Formats: sequence, C-alpha cells, structure tokens
Amino acid sequence: MLTDFQITGKKATRDGFGAGLLEAGQHNASIVGLCADLTGSLKMNAFQDAYPDRFFQVGIAEANMMGLAAGLATVGKIPYTGTFANFSTGRVYDQIRQSIAYSHKNVKICASHAGLTLGEDGATHQILEDIGLMKMLPGMTVINPCDYNQTKAATIAIAEHHGPVYLRFGRPGWPIFMPDNQPFVIGKGIMMQEGTDVTIVATGHLVAYAMQAVEKLKEQGISAELINIHTIKPLDEEIILDSVSKTKCLVSAEEHQRHGGLGDSIAQLLARKNPTPQEYVAVNDSFGESGKPDELLIKYGLGPEDIVSAVQEVLKRKG
Amino acid sequence: MPDTQELKKIASQVRRDIVRMVHQCQSGHPGGSLGCTDFFTALYFDIMNHQKPFQMDGRGEDMFFLSNGHISPVWYSVLARSGYFPVAELATFRKLNSRLQGHPTTHEGLPGVRVASGSLGQGLSVAIGAALAKKLNNDPHLVFALTGDGELQEGQIWEAMMFAAHNKVDNLIVTVDWNGQQIDGATKDVMALGDLEAKWKSFGWIVLQMDGNKIEDVLETLSQAKGFSGKGQPVVILMKTEMGYGVDFMMGSHKWHGIAPNDEQLADALGQLEETLGDY
Repeated sequence: MLTDFQITGKKATRDGFGAGLLEAGQHNASIVGLCADLTGSLKMNAFQDAYPDRFFQVGIAEANMMGLAAGLATVGKIPYTGTFANFSTGRVYDQIRQSIAYSHKNVKICASHAGLTLGEDGATHQILEDIGLMKMLPGMTVINPCDYNQTKAATIAIAEHHGPVYLRFGRPGWPIFMPDNQPFVIGKGIMMQEGTDVTIVATGHLVAYAMQAVEKLKEQGISAELINIHTIKPLDEEIILDSVSKTKCLVSAEEHQRHGGLGDSIAQLLARKNPTPQEYVAVNDSFGESGKPDELLIKYGLGPEDIVSAVQEVLKRKG
Repeated sequence: MPDTQELKKIASQVRRDIVRMVHQCQSGHPGGSLGCTDFFTALYFDIMNHQKPFQMDGRGEDMFFLSNGHISPVWYSVLARSGYFPVAELATFRKLNSRLQGHPTTHEGLPGVRVASGSLGQGLSVAIGAALAKKLNNDPHLVFALTGDGELQEGQIWEAMMFAAHNKVDNLIVTVDWNGQQIDGATKDVMALGDLEAKWKSFGWIVLQMDGNKIEDVLETLSQAKGFSGKGQPVVILMKTEMGYGVDFMMGSHKWHGIAPNDEQLADALGQLEETLGDY
C-alpha cells in the first residue's frame, strides 16, 4: 500500500457520519438532526438517543424535511437532514433550490447510500446524478469523503462552515485508510502519493480503488500521483493544476455519472487553465442494477483495473 | 395600536400601492394581493409583535412566512409602510437591481423576508421549522404563515400538516387565503379542494374561519387563534377573501390573478381607493 496511508480496518462511511454527528452535537448545541424514516440506515441513532429534543423524525416526507430544515436554520439552528442520496437530491430538488440554496440557509444535507454501492436494492435507489445536481446550485458546497475517518471529520467540519452543504456518503463496509486525527479542510485536496507520469484524482469510495491502481501501475513502472478530492465544490484547483503541470495527463475516478461529476469539474478547470489529456472512470450514461457493491463497481467500469486501463489510455495521448 | 378606522386607512393606502406597483412595471399579481390586504394590515399593524430593525432569526418576536410568494406586492407595501424599508423603494418592484423581486427572496437582503417563496407549497414547512426552533429556544413568540388555497394542491402541504399535528406544533397560526380562484379558473373546477375544514380537522388542527375582507373579523379571529396557542395543536384559519377586493372591476374573477392594469384602469382603481398615507 501507499507509504503514508495504511488500511487500518473496515467500516462504512455512513458510520463515520453517525459518529461525527454525535461528536459535533456534543460541541455545538445549535445542531439539530432530522431524518425521514431511515434513522438506523443513516446511523443517526446515537445522536437521537443523546439529544432527543434536538432530533426530529419527519416520516417519509422528504420535501417537508427540507422545508423544516430551512425554517430551523432561519432561527439559528444548524440542521443536519438525513436520508438516502436519492431522496436527498432529485426528489427534493426544488425545495433545496428555493428554500435552502437561494435562501442561503445553513442546512447540511447528509446523504447516505449514494451510488452503485448501495447494492442489492437496485437502480431506483442508486443515484449517480446527485453530485451534478447539487454542484449546479449556486453557493452549495459538495463533499464526498472516502472512508470512515474522513466522513466523520467532514461531518464535524461542516458545522463550522456557514452555508448549505451536500455531504455524500455510502452504505457498504469500506477500507479505512485516512488518519483518524487528520483535520478536514473544506476545499483542500489531499496528496496521497506523489508521482511523475500521470495524475489520478479520485473521490469517495474510488479513492480506495485508486490506491490499488497506483500499486499496480508501479509494478508496470508507471509513477502515478494520487489526489484525494473530498470537496467537489469548491474544487481545489491549485493541487490539480500543480500536479498536471508535472504529469501532463490526468484520470478522474468517481462513483457517479460521467456527465456532471468530479471529472467534468476537472475538465472544465483544465480547459480554462491548462488543457490536458484526461480520461474518466465513471458510469457512462447508464442506470445501475441489483448486485453486490464490488460486483457492481467492476461491471460498470469503476474497478481498480479500470483505473489502470484509463491511465494506460491517457498516457498514449500525452504529448 | 391603531384603531379599526386607522387600519382601514392603512389598508386603503396599501391597495393603492399594490395597483400602482403592478401598473408601473406592467407585471405582478394584483388579485390575491388586494384580497389579502386587510389580513396583512391587521397582522403587521396590530396582531404581530415584531421588531425593527429586521433580525433574520426573529428571536424574541413573532415571525411571518409567506408561502404564496406571488402576492409579494401586498407584503412589500405592508413591510415598507410598517417601517422595514423606505416606502420609495416600492417604485423598484420587479425592476432590474431591485430588492423587491417578483417573488420574495432573502437573496437581495430585503428586510422582513426570511425565506424565498414562489414555487408553491414550501412555506408551511419552513414556518413549522421556525416554530420548532422557537420551542427549542424557549421563545414564547408565535409563527404566522399564509398559504393560498390553490397552493393546497401541492403534496408538501399535507406532509407539513401531518408533521405539525403529530409534533404538537402549537405556536403556529396558519392562514389559508380561501378565495376559490387559481390561474386556470375556480379551484372547484381546476382541482376541487373538497371540505377544507374537515380535512384540516382530520389532520389534527384547530380550524377557524373568518371573512378576510372584514378587518374587524380578521382582528377578532386572529386574536382568538392566539388564544389557542400552547394547547397542543396547530391552528389554521380558513380566510374567505375576494380576489381583487377594493377595486370593483378586479373583484370575483381569476382574470386579475397575474395581470397589470393599463393607464385607464389604474385611474379607475385609484379613484376607488383613498390616498391616506401619501403615495410613494
């Protein structure tokens, strides 16, 4: 594995959210939780048990939940809403747009079970469009952490940021490799591995796969630089531009549609500042299906080998 | 606190403001605004305990949320006339670089507005959230909200109704502008609302009714509603109004929901509305 980042265990990122919410709630009495009948799935039970007066069960009524959160924020609370990513975004887009984003309410939209790794429930629940939807909203911060520790740190950090935030995480147990004491700075990417031949920028669950890809590439004599981008908006332009000025090519990797995701944000940056060959590891204009998380990631072209292939492809285009 | 005669004078001026504002930009929604003028006047000049300068978080005061944001002209006029911003600013309504957007917004920093509205069905949820926060803060003041009746066709309203009753949000007084009209015609023809009183009651709300164009009844019923606060149930007032009230040719029809009068019609309307506080 990468020298500085060793796998220390396995837990779901949603567990990191639950732990982070409890800790943030201990430090900040303004934090309130809302959940649309998925308290256990979102791991919000610990917060609910510790602060029953600051937790609101809203039932299966996500639109109302977003409005309630806007109202709570108006009076100075810091609401964390919890439901699946699908019901946190597309289902309530207009409520978020008008009552939260346009009204600049300090609401934290916390979205679990994002992407293919939701698994067996299938495509109705596997949203792959949420990053695109949310990053288009003016003033919305979009965060997609990679493991338990980073999700916990992000959950705590967003309480200190005044403004609407979309925090995206997932269902399955996933390798833990980020340090448990690493401060979370919104908008600052993390250099996981320095390299010279190619830049890999990964987000969310695919950071773990990108770490595997870096090892495989090393065996092939390819020196890959790996950047962990947890904040998709605002994007850390500096870390990406600095890297491609050295490597001259880039691969983006994300559990999201190719259209509208991290890769598109990077492509837009490169087009403006430093046109650079880029390959995408992302879902190619398709819905998902039932299956196990790792099986799905492989089938839809998001596996470690797919990152390796994308690197080989982009290296051919490097000038 | 002004007496009833003074409130009627204020309402007359507010109605003048409304027709002048929509005439000036040839855009906006005079019908519902005129119908709700007596309600807004009673709320801001008598019923609500509200403070200036404007504080977004509304701590230590009553708060108001407008869900049917298209009747912004009446709200803007009442906010200006009660001192939130200069009355002269009403002249900027719906124009470039104005804080008085077509639909209300916090985005341009207009004092008095706490959330954007316009896309219907959302304001009741926001008002309930504010009421929850007041309870958490042990702030005994009330939250008021207004929705349209056509707006009740939005599903989110019924989600919010369920939530408020289930959670005993009893520091909340919602009023429904029950004018029976929406853009495409009468609500009974477009999408009948059925027995509104029975529906709200069955959802667990205390239901009152009033004539929204009789200021005495508005004052009495809103006071009565305040008396029901703190008793474990949210309160709704079904407010019968006539769209366009106060301007004879605009009354009783959905035609004036969202169109502006021409010069001749403006003169006709202003001839029916006494200038009491000075035009902006």
